[in-house]
Parts: sequence; C-alpha cells; structure tokens
Amino acid sequence: MPRPGFVLDVDRSTPPTLFWHGEGFRLEKLPADRSRVIYAPEPHDAIDDVDGAIRTALLHPIDMDPLPSLLFPGMKLTIAFDDVSLPLPKMRRPDLRQRIIEQVLTMAADAGVDDVHLIAALALHRRMHEFELRHALGDRVYDAFEPRGLLFQHDAEDPDNLAFLGTTDQGEEIEINKRAAESDLLIYVNINLVAMDGGWKSTAVGLASYRSLRHHHNPTTMEASHSFMDQHASELHKSTWRMGKVMRDHGPKVFQIETTLNTDTFPQPFEFLAKREWEWNAKDRALYLASAKALAKAPPRTARKIFHGIEAPHQMTSIQCGEVEAVHKVTTQNVYDQQLVEVEGQTDILMLGIPYICPYNVNSIMNPILVMCTGLGYFFNLYRGKPLVREGGVVILTHPTTNEFHPVHHPSYIDFFEEVLADTTDPHVMSQKWEQQYAEDDWYRHLYRTTNAYHGVHPFYMWYWGSHGMKHVGKVIIVGGDAATVRKLGFTPASTMNDALEIASDTVGRHPTITHMKTPPLMIADVK
Amino acid sequence: MVDRNLQRAQRVAGAAEDAVRRAAMPLRNFGFPYRTPTVPRGVEVPPEVSGLGAHYDTEWARRPLASSVRTMIIEGPIRLTARVLTSPEIVGTDRLADLTSLDDPPPVIFAPNHHSHLDTGLMIRSVPLAWRHKLVVAAAADYFFDKKWKAALSALSLNAIPIDREVTGRTSSDLVKSLIDDGYSLVIYPEGGRSPDGWGQDFKGGAAYLSARTGAPVVPVFIDGTGAIFGKGMKRPKPGRTKVVFGAALRADEGESTRRFNARIQAAVTTLGDEAITDFWTARQRAATGTNPPLTGPEHTGWRRDWALAERRKLGTAGLRRRQQRRWPDLG
Repeated sequence: MPRPGFVLDVDRSTPPTLFWHGEGFRLEKLPADRSRVIYAPEPHDAIDDVDGAIRTALLHPIDMDPLPSLLFPGMKLTIAFDDVSLPLPKMRRPDLRQRIIEQVLTMAADAGVDDVHLIAALALHRRMHEFELRHALGDRVYDAFEPRGLLFQHDAEDPDNLAFLGTTDQGEEIEINKRAAESDLLIYVNINLVAMDGGWKSTAVGLASYRSLRHHHNPTTMEASHSFMDQHASELHKSTWRMGKVMRDHGPKVFQIETTLNTDTFPQPFEFLAKREWEWNAKDRALYLASAKALAKAPPRTARKIFHGIEAPHQMTSIQCGEVEAVHKVTTQNVYDQQLVEVEGQTDILMLGIPYICPYNVNSIMNPILVMCTGLGYFFNLYRGKPLVREGGVVILTHPTTNEFHPVHHPSYIDFFEEVLADTTDPHVMSQKWEQQYAEDDWYRHLYRTTNAYHGVHPFYMWYWGSHGMKHVGKVIIVGGDAATVRKLGFTPASTMNDALEIASDTVGRHPTITHMKTPPLMIADVK
Repeated sequence: MVDRNLQRAQRVAGAAEDAVRRAAMPLRNFGFPYRTPTVPRGVEVPPEVSGLGAHYDTEWARRPLASSVRTMIIEGPIRLTARVLTSPEIVGTDRLADLTSLDDPPPVIFAPNHHSHLDTGLMIRSVPLAWRHKLVVAAAADYFFDKKWKAALSALSLNAIPIDREVTGRTSSDLVKSLIDDGYSLVIYPEGGRSPDGWGQDFKGGAAYLSARTGAPVVPVFIDGTGAIFGKGMKRPKPGRTKVVFGAALRADEGESTRRFNARIQAAVTTLGDEAITDFWTARQRAATGTNPPLTGPEHTGWRRDWALAERRKLGTAGLRRRQQRRWPDLG
C-alpha cells in the first residue's frame, strides 16, 4: 500500500534535507521548529495489463460510441499526440503514446481507413528530433508513417494549413491545424502528468496558432489563474474551455484519450531522490555521495547528458477516453488521487529546489528564463486552494542559473535575456512593448518552422507563466546562482542557504515559517 | 646382495615388458569384460529400450553445472556466431514489455518460422533476457537425438528437448508441460522442420496445442533472412543480415479450438513477416483484409516459386548478403 504525501515538521533531530540544484544536489539543514518539508505521495500501483486496459478503454469510451464504430472506410482520420514536453523525465520504452496509437491504428486498419495523418501537437514548441519521435511513437509507427509523409509536426506559422473555426463570446479567436479541423475524427492521445494537462487544452492549445494562443497566454490571464492545477480557478483553463465549446460546435469530432501516470520518477541508481532522507540506507547514502561528488566534478555537458539520459520508470495508472470534458473530469480526479498532499496553512518562506529539467528543456539546457518559469510558473503553482507561501512572502530557489542557452532550441531566449530583460522584468510592460516584435520576427519564424527552435514568442510566455508568482511574493532569492544572471532576472542572489535566510529576514522578519516542497516527484499541495 | 639386486631388476624388466606387450596388443584381442559378451546359442536377447530419440533424458542438461556451461556457450560462441553470420536486427520486443517488466515473467512459448539451423542460435540470442537463460528448444527427436553425441551436444549447448515428429505421443507434451510448470519457456517451430525451398510451410498445431495444455501464451516470431544465409541444402553459410520480429503474446480465446488458434498464430507470424519487409501500417491494413503475402509463398510450382522468392528477398534488407550490397551511388 503506497503511503500518502507527508508533511514533516523539522526538529533538531531531522537530517539535512535534499535540495535539487540543477544537475546536482545540495543537503541543507533547515531551522528546527519552524520549518516543514512536504514529501510527495508514493507511487500508486500501476495497471499490469496496459495493452488490455487500452483496448478496454477504446471499446468502452465515456459518453461516446466505441472507437471501432466511429471508423469507416473513406474517412479522414487524424491522430494528434503530446510532444516531447511530456512526460518528464521521458518514460521507458515503450512509450504510452506508442502503445495507444498502435492499437488505434490496428482498429483503423480493421475498419478499412486509409487516410490517416499523425500530428505532433507542438503549439509553439520546438519540432521534435527524429530520435524523440521514435521514442514517443516507437519505430514501427515512425517507420510506417514518416517515409510516406503522413507524420507531421504541427506548424503554427503555416497559413495554408491553419483553419479558423470561430470566436468565443469573449472575442477569443480559435485557429487550429487545418487537417485536424477538417478530419471526420480527431483522436488526441495525451499523457497527463499534472492536473493542468489535458481536456480542451490538448487540442485548443496543442494544435493552435499564435493568433489563437495569445488570448490566454498573456500576463492578465496568467495572473488570474490560481492555480493552473485547479481548472475551476484557472483563467487559462476557462479560456481554453470557451474555445473548446466553439470547437465542439464548429470543429471536428474529437475522441480524447487521456492517461495518468504514477510518480515513480527515478530509476536506479537515482532511487534515493524519491526517498525520505531518514529512510536512506547505507547504499542510498553511498549512492548520494558518489553521484553528488561525481556530478560536481563532471563538466556541465557530461552531467546534463547523464540526467537527460534518465528514463523514468513511471507507469500508467489509468486510461479513459471519449468525450473531452467527461474524460478530463475522470483524469483530473485520478491525478489528484495520486498527487494531492494536504497542507495546513501558508508559510512565510517557500523553498524550491529546481531540477535539471522542465517541459521546455528536454535534451537541452535549463536556461535562466526556464529556471524562473520552473520555480515561479510551475512549482509555485503546484497548489490547490491557496498558494503555499503567503502574499508578500519570499521564495527561495536553488539552482546554478548560469548564463547559458541552447542556441538551436532557444534562439529567441538569448535575445529576450539580453534585450527585453535589460529593459523590463514586468510581464505587462514587455507584453505591450516587445511581444509582437518577437512573435512576428521572420528569422525566429523561419527557425521555428524549419529547425528545432521554439517560437520567437515562447520566452515571453515562459515569463508570463511566472507572473502570478512574481505578483504574489515579495522577494525571490536564488541560492547558488550566478550573481549577474540572477540580478538580470530581477531576483536576489545568495551564496548559501543561511545567506538567503538572512536576506529574506528583511522581508519576512527574523523568525519566519519555512516550507520546502520537495519535488520532483510531482505533487500538488492542497492548502487549507 | 648382488643376486638380490639382479632379481629385483629382472622383476621390473618383466613388468615393463608385460605392460608394453599389453599396450601394443590390438583391441580385438581383449575379451569380455572389455568387449560386449557373446550370446549363447538358442538364447534370445530382449531388445534394449533405446535411450535416444524421443526417449533421451535431458534432465542432466538442466542441472546447475550444465546450465552454467550453457550460459558460457550461449554468451560466447553462439552469440558470436549469430552476430558474425547473421548480423541480426531485433525488433518488437517492446510488445512484450508488460511481461518482461514483471518480477517473475511467466513462461511463454515462442513460435518462429523456420528456415535454417541458424534459427535456434539466433532465437536464443534474441529472446529478451528475462527468458533467455530459462529456455528450452523443441528439437526433432529423429534428427538431433539419433546419436548420443548429437543428443548430448544439443541438450548441453541449446537446452534442446526431443520432440517426436513422426508419432503423436504424450511423452513430448508431458515433458513440455512439466518444464513449463517449472518456469521454462519454450521455442518450438510450428512448421515442424526447416523450409525445403525457402518459402514457409503451413503450421502444425504443436504450439497451439502446447499453449492450450500448459496455459502459457504463444509469442509469434518472424525470422527473416536465415534461409538465404544457411538454408536447407546449403553446404556452408554465407554471412548476411537478418531481422527477428517479435509479436504480442497470444492466448487461446475461450472455446477456441486448437486448429483455430493455430491458424491465428500462423496469421500473426504472417503479419509479422509482412511487417518485416514493409511496415507496421501496411502489414496491419493487409491483415485486416487478409491480403498479407502468405508465408508459404505463391501457389506456383517450379521456377516461378524460386523467382518469387528472389523478389521477396529483394524487398527486405534482411537476407541480403553483404557482398551483394551496392557500393557505388545510384545515378539513376
């Protein structure tokens, strides 16, 4: 029986706590009697017969007819799937998308469907490399569809392949992939790692264009999303659900397939990362010492390669398919069942260890903008109810935060860092002053469409993700980060955790309460 | 004193002379018990129960010492031979991920097509590690177990067990059942023997029957290319490339007869065969319409079958001999 999440009140006998620090770790002794550490729930039991569960779900969808009865000869079938940003870290082969798509294709073949397209739902993300597509889809599907030109990566800047579906009652335009829009059936294959994913966000965001995305990817909407993990309190989700309504009325028939994973995140020899420190045995301690020392000595490139090579053992805990909203309701509940941890009250200081990965640097570099996005955009928003930190409190992040960017994946991030952040760190100001210029830049557009670059506007969106966090807290401190880079982000650098607490005392006083959310593994704090 | 020494020397010389004479004596001069006894007249000797063929007892080959030796043979010479001669590409093992990820994977029955003696070595080297070292191979009792040295070599190196092709008896199936109950997986060639002409043969019901009897699922496997490397009738192997395609495990449906299940296994291997030369989607589409190219080849006779076989071998990379590979650019 897996144990639920746990909130530890730190006392003097509590061992030092493990903090993520990019491609490394640090152990920090937290002040006794006023600190607490939140540990994620242990992984739920996975489904043993995954293929059987997929087949059963496809034959018994929610509020829709069984998939085989929706397939007929001569139809246009489009299968869209989540891109490289899910799951994190990448899962061991065979990936769930491969397993599901193979079964869908088998049913399509049985029904005599010839016209099938596969589309990676990238939105404004970078195009996937061949090895990433092979990992997600498996060699069989890749080798069958790519050489025929039937495997696509969504291009949000291709005017000939976008279809305008209409406008919501609040004036939001919906423009999505033309092939998907004109299909007799659009099947979306999703992996729900967190409660934010899935639902109408899959199709209305993943297959959309900039024209459509700007209506919810903006500072005003993001600031009003409390949080992204709670669909009913998230303006982002309300906007995509309004778009979903237009899609339902004017778009293709959507057959949504959603899956949930357990939190079994780290394989050997990194299993100790998911264990509570006082339960580390001699082997765990030896592995920690060996890996921490080796990673500290290793060149950053090598350390990055080791970490990005990790294939998580996480496994499927549920699959449901059918009508989008009905499916997503079940999915969200399953995610909550795995990830929710009850936490009593807010805190003055929230500590977050930032790991080597976020959805936007898979096989890439965690640049300073992504550090901010992961800390204040993702981890800060891992709550339901109230934020873990009180309004005006302090967030302390731990990450090396070097001035390093992946030139192929993140070209516009480099200019954003040098040009936009030199001018302002206010999301609203940059949105007004700079966003359009980057979004419509021909060179960034060319790189996005033809290479593996994120769209020109993407760094803005990353910055907006953190806008709720930035507005809510009084100060952000990064421990162990490159001082000049941290200052450029508008944050305060600190060499050690004690320094950071000293700096924080200006904002929250001499005896603040402290909470460390030890993630990953992922969790959602249900703050009462 | 001198006499005594002389006598001792004479005794030693005599013994040595005796030993030399005995060693130089032809074998035929030794009698019983060095040779088989002669039979008295009028006495009929009852026929000895043969310990060969289907009756060969392979139990010794599964003991720890023999297993250790076999592990060395499999990971050494067999692996090397398979690699040098067949350069295999192994695909589809991910279809078995649900089984291999278990702490104790259940025994399964691998049912590949059969073109060459190389198939067994290739299979042993290709099956996922979870099953590799607890694997027995069904081998023809009349071919591999007809002589003691062949039987011992097959049992030791391949963990082969004798299966009677001529007579339908319970000996073989009882043995397989007890082995599967002990956790051993089985490789059995449902075609019953190597292909005589490079095309496959219709499946006999062995795998389906054993699956129904033991409850172990059948994993269809298609091996492409070994026929061109060392097919039946070839005097020496010609190294080339091969492809081993694993399919998803199959179980007999409730109430499904052995014959129908056998047809399903053959259809699955046929689809994998199509997948090996085309791709997953084409093979699935053809399977849905029953138009996968049959394993048994076209219904022509004579040279047209050979002609069609050559055409088929051209379709896949597997089986192409290295020496035939194009080494210059295609200028159209």
